[in-house]
Amino acid sequence: MFKIITAVIGRDLKLAMRRQADIVSALFFFVIVVSLFPLGVGPEPDLLRKLAPGVLWVAALLATMLSLPRLFADDYRDGTLEQLALAPHPLGLVVTGKVIAHWLVSGLPLALIAPVLGIQFDLSADALIVLTIAILIGTPALSGIGAIGAALTLGLRGGGVLLSLLVLPLYIPVLIFGAGAVDATVTGLGGEGHLSLLAALTFAALGFAPWASAAALKIALE
Amino acid sequence: MKDRFNLYRFASPATFYPLAGAMIPYFAAVSVVFGLAGLYLGMLVAPTDFQQGEGYRIIFIHVPASWMSMFIYLVMAFWAAIGLAFNTRLSGMMAQALAPTGALMAFLSLWTGALWGKPMWGTWWVWDARLTSELILLFLYIGYMALTAAIDDARRADKAGGLLLLVGVVNIPIIYFSVKWWNTLHQGSSVNLTKSSMAETMLWGMLLMAMCFWMYSIAVAFMRVRTIMLERERNTDWVKTLLAGDKI
Amino acid sequence: MLEADNLECVRGERRLFAGLGFKLEAGELLYLQGRNGSGKTSLLRMLIGLLPPEAGEIRWNGEPIKRLADEFRADLCYLGHLNAIKEELTPLENLLAAARLADEEISEDDAIDALEQVGLAGREDLACKYLSQGQKRRVTLARLVKEIRPLWILDEPFVALDVAAVDWLAGIISGHLQRGGMAVMTTHQLVNIPAGTVRELRLG
Repeated sequence: MFKIITAVIGRDLKLAMRRQADIVSALFFFVIVVSLFPLGVGPEPDLLRKLAPGVLWVAALLATMLSLPRLFADDYRDGTLEQLALAPHPLGLVVTGKVIAHWLVSGLPLALIAPVLGIQFDLSADALIVLTIAILIGTPALSGIGAIGAALTLGLRGGGVLLSLLVLPLYIPVLIFGAGAVDATVTGLGGEGHLSLLAALTFAALGFAPWASAAALKIALE
Repeated sequence: MKDRFNLYRFASPATFYPLAGAMIPYFAAVSVVFGLAGLYLGMLVAPTDFQQGEGYRIIFIHVPASWMSMFIYLVMAFWAAIGLAFNTRLSGMMAQALAPTGALMAFLSLWTGALWGKPMWGTWWVWDARLTSELILLFLYIGYMALTAAIDDARRADKAGGLLLLVGVVNIPIIYFSVKWWNTLHQGSSVNLTKSSMAETMLWGMLLMAMCFWMYSIAVAFMRVRTIMLERERNTDWVKTLLAGDKI
Repeated sequence: MLEADNLECVRGERRLFAGLGFKLEAGELLYLQGRNGSGKTSLLRMLIGLLPPEAGEIRWNGEPIKRLADEFRADLCYLGHLNAIKEELTPLENLLAAARLADEEISEDDAIDALEQVGLAGREDLACKYLSQGQKRRVTLARLVKEIRPLWILDEPFVALDVAAVDWLAGIISGHLQRGGMAVMTTHQLVNIPAGTVRELRLG
């Protein structure tokens, strides 16, 4: 079972390495969006500190959204998705591999850059640590849930916007607990509760989402 | 409601079309009766609330609309599950027929919630857990309608939409829980749009209005599903004879 | 043995075919013929298990393919209209990846040999996006050279091939049939496959 997952991860990572422009642009999108907020609300440090968890998380959601079409669309267009569906393995395992590879290439970099951006908002060291951990834990759920949306909208007109419409409401719990963890750290209540709930969400998403996505892919491949 | 003697017979659009058509007037009539009774109780009989005055009476629309918006989503998810499990055509059509009414209920709930809040708390919108969850439910409805509209092939649209509904139904408790958590944590205001104790007449009024909305939803969904059937099955014999001859 | 029983296909709102059935044994080739839009590709997609039939059943060695799932796909090799290769990878990498996904590990030497047979010697390490359309198609066809799975489902495999390539592919398919494999094929051109029993099925 793990063989197919690692084979798919290896394949997707190799492909990502040869198309680095996509990944880097999504990362820059994150940076730009985060930088827009101070420009919009003013540079007052107290206000920015309060806004920071929410702003960073919303920007992370949007950056993940941007990278979701990449998950299946290329493979669908050149026929390799079909071949993956015809492999002698459950499609859910193949999707698990793709989701993990997607996270490694989009969620993980976000988690690494977020603390740097958090400094711009004058977050304390504690908050920065919790922020990084939260984004690390939460982004796999975003990749997983996003895979369902990407699979449902495969090959459709208006793909990107439609995808956002479907997926963003489902992202709300991750946003609430992720931003809440940082908030709780800042106000001194401690983010452990939020982080545990976030971890629970991620486990549930990684367990459930690949199978829902596989079902959606089969519908799209008919 | 439906003849349960032989379910599969009624899963055929050709059989269900005239049956639905015959039932619509009855559901519409019952809806009007419930509506009149509910409004009578709500507007004239239920006592004036000593905190909120007469303005509170909008809950007789707001609460039933909320209930219906949630109930319709569950019914749609039910039909989605049936359609995916048994590959029946009618299930997908019913889900699509119900969606606009469900969205309307959610929208109505949000508007009446706002109208209720304004005289009381001075703002048109308040981020309490229930209103926020209702807003997210509206997004789920719109997402479903957008997805099914974007897919040309009717069967693929039914299946994809159905899958989305099932994913949504699983997520709704999670979303509601997280929104409640969020709301209590950021508790500045002690906003609470629910009445903690209710006079019996108020409860009856809301129940009657809920029945009114329910019957209305069924009538409207039947009308819509008949149109969907005609559209999708326009190349079949039964539709061709129907359109050539008298309308049922 | 591949068996189709009472298959019905509805696409969009049209019934393309109904009551369709056939049996295919080892060493046999099924030629699927019919006008464009008659349901050939739909039938192929039913045979590979991606399109559930409106009615009827498909059986592989006596068992319904729906129940066999992974087991059936382990015996199946499908070549469609699309090339199913990644442009960022080289032909060699594509072949190795395809084999790995199918749980058929082939050695690098075997892969290089296969690429040589399709005339891509010397280009094994060039990213596929630099190859011509014809060359890309050949990378796809190279998969068949070392293919050991018994059931081949090919959707218009001869399209856009030159005469020499057509002969070569016919030879590959013959070899497969001689080894006891079977194949289902759609094509608009009538190609002579030297070995194996040929059956025909006409749609529409």
